[in-house]
Amino acid sequence: MDERRAAMVEDPAVDLTVDGSGVGGVLATAFGAEMTSSRGRCAHCHTVSIVGTMRAYVRGPGVVLRCPACAEVVLRIVETPRGVLVDARGLAWMVVDRR
Amino acid sequence: MARPIEWQLATVAAVHDETPSVRSFTLDLPGWAGHRAGQHLDLRLTAEDGYSVERSYSIASEPERAGVVEITVERIPSGEVSPFLHEVVIPGDRLEVRGPIGGYFVWDAPLGGPLLLIAGGSGVVPLMSMLRHRARAGARVPTRLLFSSRGPDEIIYRVELDRLAAAGDGFAVAHTLTRQQPPGWTGYARRVDEAMLAEVLEPLGPTTRTYTCGPTALVETVANALVRLGIPPDRIRTERFGPTGT
Repeated sequence: MDERRAAMVEDPAVDLTVDGSGVGGVLATAFGAEMTSSRGRCAHCHTVSIVGTMRAYVRGPGVVLRCPACAEVVLRIVETPRGVLVDARGLAWMVVDRR
Repeated sequence: MARPIEWQLATVAAVHDETPSVRSFTLDLPGWAGHRAGQHLDLRLTAEDGYSVERSYSIASEPERAGVVEITVERIPSGEVSPFLHEVVIPGDRLEVRGPIGGYFVWDAPLGGPLLLIAGGSGVVPLMSMLRHRARAGARVPTRLLFSSRGPDEIIYRVELDRLAAAGDGFAVAHTLTRQQPPGWTGYARRVDEAMLAEVLEPLGPTTRTYTCGPTALVETVANALVRLGIPPDRIRTERFGPTGT
């Protein structure tokens, strides 16, 4: 895991990412709740992390969240005029807080 | 009261320069739900042809200011949104915003401290909200800001930080200037490193809550150093901006 994390830190694309906390608006639209302080479990490496600490790639047409431990894709979200598309294949589970 | 995820119209009440490339915008938001220090808002610009872009900006103002929110934006010449904000927007203009957003990188006065805030460039913005909140709430939590800027003219909020530090309520600021230092400069003159963090942290102790915001490289350096200096991981809160909000 440490090797993968080291590789990720040195990945030039890391400079193109923000934290999950930077995409809280999109997440709130998709899930109807504040999500950045919620926890989610990566389906690939099973690490549980706070959504606000995941890596968010925002340069594409949507938002891609990657696991901060193994860098695999956890969540993909695209907002369209018709609705919000959520691809959660990389997520084992995530908590949506009751408000 | 508007829900956080609904877009609402803000009216620009005031615009002022912080540095040659950084400008603050005061937004009137009658329906604002109120925020916590450290939270963001999303700002959306829509062109006549329907093309729209969104950016997330940290809120600079303290929660105690009702119905008003201030954001501070660095001009990124290659960006889509920040040049518009800098060159086009004037008081009276209306902008679409939604928020407040975020619950992870926040500090409320009752959380207490001691507090160590570490900023690189415009990463100081959410930390300024915390400092303004701390002052307005009358909190006397021992607090240090370690602030890395490139040169003396690029220190955002410099005058206000000096004023806050002169209040004698337990707040001190340490500057480091990484590229250019004025004659007689007595502050740090290098990138933030572990030795610098150890010095700033020393009077605060190992139970310090830390909030770090800045470019990815600074955040990685600081987070790793704080772990080595014995700060528990749940007291190390970080926020990276990539090539910034553009």
